[in-house]
Order: sequence, then C-alpha cells, then structure tokens
Amino acid sequence: MIEAIRDAMDVSMGRDERVVVFGEDVGFFGGVFRCTQGLQAKYGKSRCFDAPISEAGIVGAAIGMAAYGLKPCVEVQFADYVYPAYDQIVSEAARLRYRSNGDFTCPIVVRMPTGGGIFGGQTHSQSPEALFTHVSGLKVIVPSNPADAKGLLIAAIEDPDAVIFLEPKRLYNGPFDGHHDRPVTPWSKHDLGEVADGHYTVPLGKAAIRRQGAAVTVLAYGTMVYVAEAAAAETGIDAEIIDLRTLLPLDLETIVASVTKTGRCVVVHEATLTSGFGAELSALVQEHCFYHLEAPVVRVAGWDTPYPHAQEWDYFPGPARVGRALVETLEA
Amino acid sequence: MADAGMLRFHVPEPEVRPGGTPDFSNVTIPKAGSAPRPEIDVDPRTIRDMAFSIIRVLNRDGEAVGPWAGLLSDQELLEGLRHMMTLRSFDQRMQMAQRQGKTSFYMQHLGEEAVSCAFRKALTKGDMNFPTYRQAGLLIADGYPMVTMMNQIYSNEADPLKGRQLPIMYSSKEHGFFSISGNLATQYIQAVGWAMASAISNDSRIAAAWIGDGSTAESDFHAALVFASTYKAPVVLNVVNNQWAISTFQGIARGGSGTFAARGLGFGIPSLRVDGNDYLAVHAVAKWAIERARRNLGPTLVEYVTYRVGAHSSSDDPSAYRPKAESDAWPLGDPIVRLKNHLILRGVWSDERHAQAEAEILETVIAAQKEAESHGTLHAGGKPSTRDMFEGVYAEMPPHLRRQRQQAGV
Repeated sequence: MIEAIRDAMDVSMGRDERVVVFGEDVGFFGGVFRCTQGLQAKYGKSRCFDAPISEAGIVGAAIGMAAYGLKPCVEVQFADYVYPAYDQIVSEAARLRYRSNGDFTCPIVVRMPTGGGIFGGQTHSQSPEALFTHVSGLKVIVPSNPADAKGLLIAAIEDPDAVIFLEPKRLYNGPFDGHHDRPVTPWSKHDLGEVADGHYTVPLGKAAIRRQGAAVTVLAYGTMVYVAEAAAAETGIDAEIIDLRTLLPLDLETIVASVTKTGRCVVVHEATLTSGFGAELSALVQEHCFYHLEAPVVRVAGWDTPYPHAQEWDYFPGPARVGRALVETLEA
Repeated sequence: MADAGMLRFHVPEPEVRPGGTPDFSNVTIPKAGSAPRPEIDVDPRTIRDMAFSIIRVLNRDGEAVGPWAGLLSDQELLEGLRHMMTLRSFDQRMQMAQRQGKTSFYMQHLGEEAVSCAFRKALTKGDMNFPTYRQAGLLIADGYPMVTMMNQIYSNEADPLKGRQLPIMYSSKEHGFFSISGNLATQYIQAVGWAMASAISNDSRIAAAWIGDGSTAESDFHAALVFASTYKAPVVLNVVNNQWAISTFQGIARGGSGTFAARGLGFGIPSLRVDGNDYLAVHAVAKWAIERARRNLGPTLVEYVTYRVGAHSSSDDPSAYRPKAESDAWPLGDPIVRLKNHLILRGVWSDERHAQAEAEILETVIAAQKEAESHGTLHAGGKPSTRDMFEGVYAEMPPHLRRQRQQAGV
C-alpha cells in the first residue's frame, strides 16, 4: 500500500507541476513510512522537501500555497500529531471557499497514517476521523487497500477542495484481519494488492461492497474491513460488508440499499465509541431504514479510553468482538 | 543577587489604569532622521539594534528628514493623505451605522490609518496581503470600491461574500487582499506559504503577512517565522503594535523581549521598527522590505509602533481598561495631522484645502453609503438568499447538503 500511495503522488506530480509534496522527513529520506521515497530525487527540492516539525506550519503553508494556485499534498507524520494543525484545517482550509465566496479556494490534501495495531501507544495509534467528518467543508477518506489508495489519493489531489486522507498504518504492509498472533498475508498475495500502472481515479463518495450477503450489513472502513471479513468467516454469518472508503461525502445510497435488504446493521470502527463516526452512521441508518430494521443497530468500536500500549489487543476491535456483535444482532 | 526563598509569580501590568494620568515616559522616541538606511542586502547581524529603535522621517516641525526621506512626490503624498482621510471618514460612518443597528459589528482604524494606506502604495499589482481586521487601508489605497466594502458590512443583497462573513472580513483576490479570518495569526503562516509558492513557481510576486501585537503570542506566528527563515520566503512580516489587544496591554504578549521586532532576531530575519503614525516612514520601510523580498533576499520583519485610539471593536469600551486621555498623550501623534502639516510645510496644502477635502470626502462616503443601503442593511431591505447559505461549501454540492437544503425548504 505504501508503494501505491507513493505511486499516486508520483503520477500526480508527473502530470501536474502544481502538485508539491512536503512534511516532516518526507524529502531526502522519503518519510518515516517511506511513502515519498524517491520523489525528491525525481522532481527536485522545489516539489518535494522536508518541513520543520510544525504541523500548523505545514498545513498553514499548504493553505497559502493552495491560495496561490499550487496543489499541495502534505504529510502529517502520524494522525496523532495533527492537533496543532487542527485550527488551520477547521478554521481555514475547510472554510476558505465559503467565506470568500470562491474568491480563494483550498485544494490541499493532508495525508496522515491513522489507527492502531502496531504497538504505537497512545501517540501513534489514534483514529481521529470523526474530528474531521464533523467539519463542514472537508472531505474525509480512509482507504482499505492499495488499489483504492492509489485511485482515491489521485482523486483527492485533483479535487478542488480540502481533503483529509487517513492511511490505516496497520494495512501498509498487508490486509490485517485482527488476528495479531497469526502471520499477515502480504499485499502481493491479495487481489486488491494489484495496482494498475499510470493514472486512474477512484471516485470520492462511493462505497464498495467487499462481501455480498443477506443476513446483516456491516459498515466498516480501513483495517476494520478485514476484521469484519474475518468475523463473518469465523461465525459463518452471511454478512454484507460495505467498505465506506469515503466518510465525507458519504455513500448513503449504498448503505440504505443494503440495510433495506438485510434489515440489520453492525457498525465497526477503531476510534472511540462516543461521538465516533459510528454514531452518525447509526443515526443515518435509523433515519433512512427504520421500517426495515429488525434489530437495533449495533456499534463495535474502540473503548472510550485513551489508546493503551500493553492492552492494545483488548482495545482493538478484533474478529471475536465483531463476531459477537453479528450473532447478537441476528438473535435480537 | 536576589534572595532565594519563596518563589514569586510575576504578572506584568501597564503603567497606568483608568483614573490614572497617562504616562508614556518609558517609550523612548528616537529623533526623526536618526536611523540609518542600510543596503537591502545587509547582513542582518549588523542591524540588530534596529529592532530596538524606531525609524522616523517626519519630525516635530513636519519636516521629512534623514536617509529614509525623499521617496514620494507631492502628488503621491497628497494621494496618501486622501486615502487616510477617506478611511477615517469611512470608519466614522460605518461605526455610526453599526450604532444605528444597520449592521452587527464594526472595527475602526482610528490612529492607525498610515500603516495600511502607506504599505499598499509600496506594493506592486499582483502581490498578496494576508491582512487582519484592521488593514482596510490596503483596499482603500488600491481603489477598491467603498460601496462594495459597505455591501459586505451590511451583508446585503449585493454583498460579494453573500452574507456569509462577519462585517469587515473582506476578500478580494483582484486587489491582493486575502480573505480575512477572525481566528488570529492563522494567516501569518499562510502568507509565508503563498510566498513559498511564488518562489517555487519562479514568479516575481511577493506576499505580506499581517498580525497584531497580541496575536504574536500564537504558535502560528512562530511557525511562520521558522518557515520564512528556513525557506527564505519572499514575504514581509508585518506586526502592527497598537499597544492594546482588546483590554490587554502589549506587555502580556511581548514578555521580556523589549520589542516585537526582536522576535525576528532569533530567526536571523532582519527586523525593523518603524513609526507607524508616519506615512513617509511606513512607506519607506515597506519599500525596503518589499525590495528585499523581490530580490530573493528573503523575509523582513517590520514592527509598526502605533496606537489604537478607538475601541478594539464595536463591542468593547476602552474606558474600562485604560485612561480616557491616553490617546492624546501618545507621543507619536496623529498620522493624518502629521502628513497634513508636512504638506503645508511643503507649500502644497493648507488648512482651508484640508477642510474642503474633508467635506468632499464625507460627501463621497455618504453617497457610497446611500448606494449600499439601497441594496439593504443587515435587518432591512435586500439580503442574500437562504439558498445562498448552502452554496460554496464545496465546489460541487454533496448529496447530504442537497438533502438539507430541501429540508430547509429553499
């Protein structure tokens, strides 16, 4: 997936000289996760460079560049470090088009590795997507595989508005199903690891159905797509698994069609439960599918604690917890 | 040496509070003409003292003196005077309109007119300002229509921003005026980013960042200085020190550094202080800093020493936190009076012509106001549609907003 993300930036930089890439360690070294490796050598220091350790500075400078007419795609080293830039994202990037009535716009992409499962402790494991989906004016993407990651990132860079691009770091090297005690399949052995060459896009705002099913709809994104697949396989429940891909704007149509068919819905995310994106999803399902529901919508999410270190696998929603939720909703 | 013992907590206080006698004896005012004018490629280490002095051109007798004088023609100075007088007149009418309930909010420039009016004239078309809420002189001095500004202030049907922004938060790319944010300091680093983009694009346009004394305490200010210094961005970093951040005196943000210009020194950025009430000095220093930016010499930090004579905004009363007569005691005088006296001394202006110009300007402002009010005011007449409220959040309206607009019945 790292190669796919790098390829997306490479393709975009090659096609459009307005695309610039910068962030902490992204220049010469190519990023701590190596997502920008080789870009400085290929496109020069004006197009890909190292930034000071100042997330507000990185995003603030990117906004100014976008107002000038460039298309910056910046990296925040971990989503956990984005908070100093939150004011810039919320008050500036998201609002510029609206408040200036289109006089100035902000086509930036802020990439950041998100989520847990790597023993990163509370400062390298958070999933702050709901802090961005709550902000009018932003678009929020969480890809779950290399093929999507490339197409979605190219689409994000080409998008005329500000996009938050959250990369589940537990998926960088392979689809992770939540079984931390088993070896991970590398992307090279997975269908969605196959990434087409050159330019293509995956449209924003379109979900993908990863598993067709009739018994229950599972709404998931990022790492949780594979956890849900494992849970369905292990319980033998015929779940329809929807990979949302874009959280904002949301593909409500696909969700409503599925829940209307299955009559049951389980929402899964790594982020903490309270006011998480799952709350929005279950409210929408309730509003749009109430008369088709045969059981309450169930949420499986991270516990409402800070992300722990040693207890990571008790915190992380794994196949067992998701499986229990599937059984519960079918028995309800 | 002080005793070790109990630690004491220090909270700085202004010299005087309401009821006291205004006292600026601690503000050292160097003689006009005494500051040197370095070459633009000067080694910043050799001019560190300029961050602690004040560059002044107009002396007490109204003469323009010293190495920073002589850049502007009579015609340009007369035009500058007219811009400042227009801004002051505009402010008076709009402040009154706010009091009459025609809009929700206003912020005036009283005493600070020279800073933005003179700076604008040092820029070239295409350069970009990232202003705060007290630089409307950048628009006035660039010929932006007053009636358009008023339409924005009234949030009426002709408001170019469709009623979405708080009054005075103008935006005009065409006039090099970036959309104002009410969140302080955020735009300082954006100006640096814009300047970096101009350099990346091998362009010739430069950026100007604006901030007040109080907001220099925000971390975005420090990020901006790091980025500007690291990438030698073609940007002028302006700090308008008007002594007061709402009710908080400048010492609370300044701390122990002595001046705001001194903030630039640690970043290796040439940092100058200038008499912000001296149109000629502001223009000359702006020209110097802009020239540096344009010639790839990097950023310059300029602190404008001025005084906010009016309230922070239409929502506060300064008599609650500072002596009423403090503005009269401000040692750098009034920018309009000082330029007027200089022009009289040059033999190109008179009290009579000044009074006549005041009356003419007022008439122009009133005419603009009438026209703006024919398009409505905040609570009366034409206003932007509710449908407009849903537009422009994104380039293309996403389905959830379309649904909400339907729910709203528009």
